[in-house]
Amino acid sequence: MGEKVFMQGNAAMAESAIRADCKFFFGYPITPSSEVPEYYARAAKERPEENIVFVQGETEVAVFNMIAGTAATGKRVMTATSGPGFSLGQEAMSFMSAAGLPAVVVEVMRSGPADGEILAAQGDYFQAVKGGGHGDYRVLVLAPYSIQEMCELMQECFDLAEKYRNPVILLTDSLLAKMREAVELPGRKTSRVDQRDWTLTGCAGREHHVLTTCGDGAAQWEAFNLNLQEKYAKIKANEVRWQSYQVEDADIVLVAYGSMARVAEGAMKMAREEGLKVGLIRPISLWPFPEKAFQGLAGKKFLVTELSAGQMVEDVKLSVDRKEDVRFFGRLGGVVPSPKDILAEIRKLEVK
Amino acid sequence: MKTIYKRPESFTDAVTSYCGGCGHGIVNKLMAELLDEMGLREKTILVWPIGCSVYADKYFKADAICALHGRAPALATGIKRSLPDRFVLVYQGDGDMVSEGMSEIMHAAVRGENFSVVFINNAIYGMTGGQMAPTTLWGQTTSTSPYGREKSSSGYPVNMAEIMAQMPGVCYSERVTVNSPQRIAATKKALKKAFSYQFEEKGLSFVEVLSPCPTGWSQKPVKALEWLEQKMIPIFPLGVFKDMKEGEGK
Ligand SMILES: Cc1ncc(C[n+]2csc(CCOP(=O)(O)OP(=O)(O)O)c2C)c(N)n1
Ligand code: SF4
Ligand SMILES: [Mg+2]
Repeated sequence: MGEKVFMQGNAAMAESAIRADCKFFFGYPITPSSEVPEYYARAAKERPEENIVFVQGETEVAVFNMIAGTAATGKRVMTATSGPGFSLGQEAMSFMSAAGLPAVVVEVMRSGPADGEILAAQGDYFQAVKGGGHGDYRVLVLAPYSIQEMCELMQECFDLAEKYRNPVILLTDSLLAKMREAVELPGRKTSRVDQRDWTLTGCAGREHHVLTTCGDGAAQWEAFNLNLQEKYAKIKANEVRWQSYQVEDADIVLVAYGSMARVAEGAMKMAREEGLKVGLIRPISLWPFPEKAFQGLAGKKFLVTELSAGQMVEDVKLSVDRKEDVRFFGRLGGVVPSPKDILAEIRKLEVK
Repeated sequence: MKTIYKRPESFTDAVTSYCGGCGHGIVNKLMAELLDEMGLREKTILVWPIGCSVYADKYFKADAICALHGRAPALATGIKRSLPDRFVLVYQGDGDMVSEGMSEIMHAAVRGENFSVVFINNAIYGMTGGQMAPTTLWGQTTSTSPYGREKSSSGYPVNMAEIMAQMPGVCYSERVTVNSPQRIAATKKALKKAFSYQFEEKGLSFVEVLSPCPTGWSQKPVKALEWLEQKMIPIFPLGVFKDMKEGEGK
């Protein structure tokens, strides 16, 4: 482990990515993610020995294709954006997943829909987790709840992207990305996968490599799709992550991810002090969704809390025995509820 | 016996899926010959578009990627920034470049990206069944301009070679065509120049090729060559519009 520093979420992500050997950054400014490109822009000039390349693209449409291009050459690469920009990148997300291009995307959610508001929100869950692009593709989505975890998952994103040859999303929100916290920056990570059997580097001394996502008839294209489905099945089997807190004896289990999990954790503690048996499940991988976290919990009530009108709650309902046991509480527009607000919701459940 | 002609080494044995009389096949062959003659094959990364050349990765023994529709210059930016000493060649049709991807090509030029671009202007969307392109001529009938392209609703044909010549980040811009053996030879010369400029790191080099599409134009191949001469060249004049090394062109 490295040194302890006091750092903003966006900057901490950028530094962790650089330390994970991600030397290429393409981006387009959008609040609340702009400190990531700004950090890279400075690093590219101030740390010449690290050969960092920073390019400000003309649109997110272009940027997402630029990261696909660099990923195709076998270099670690990423971008950071927020809701509207991420929407523009969806065609390329589908492309990268199909072409097997291991780029990493940071999505710092703000409150939509449309232009929206730059305050914290979790309304891009569907867009990230269900895939906002076309076709049957999947993308790994990791959601940290502290800046420390953000740094660690940021580095892990690159390992996972290479391991499965698939894009990976680090999904966070304006609350966490803009917040400052003490973190121990992870050291330099070099657990890289040898990608030389497929990357585009010029075919000197080997057969030429081709990356294409153009189908050639139904038989070929179904086989191509089945191959992709195998990749997604492997990810689903191996990469589920979550944390459970005091669920064993709980009557009510809160379910929350990202910054909302911090609020829910506070509510859980307050409830326990009052003698209410409340636990918490915190999904960390949103795709693959931690269905296993809900096994053996029949009879308990679930309260899903999100900064949205109810998105992850659908996946929770698919994971429990009786969907009638699942309740939802959310706030919109950038409003963040307090632990007390959630406690009030818990009490309502208790009364019934 | 002396070999007068052989299939370029850079070609695979695949048979192309282009129609008879199509300009794509001619330009692909010139590219393969130049990869051979200039010794570029092993350091090349080809970036193909969505359009009738979508399967061209199968024709070349070189590393290649097929981009999303219109995005080839952005994809190529990511490739070239990562591997500045490789030969990166972008190939685009007129629907791909001038419509869907106008932003990507213009900004590659704005940044002066150091790669070469071959632009196949056939005044139509060939692959999707002959719809109107931004390069379609006034009065030209297509499946989405069934009574001919009208200025009042669809505006003006776009002259890319001239536009690219205006961009400081572009070092070379020429318009050529392939409707006669002499013109094909001139096209090869232009491509060779554009390719060689990439190694001088002067910026983006651009060659627009007026290219027959007999199928999309609903014409016999020979008639298509005449139509190109009589209708296209007056709107899209041939010539060098910019050559940073040999003065500014015309
Ligand atoms: C985002 C998107 N929109 C539309 C299409 C459909 N499409 C495929 S090729 C094409 C036009 C190709 O025309 P052009 O670039 O002129 O190529 P040509 O076939 O004439 O060589 C279109 C509209 C697509 N593949 N992707
Ligand atoms: S439709 Fe036109 S551009 Fe496409 S292959 Fe046929 S002739 Fe060539
Ligand atoms: Mg065309």
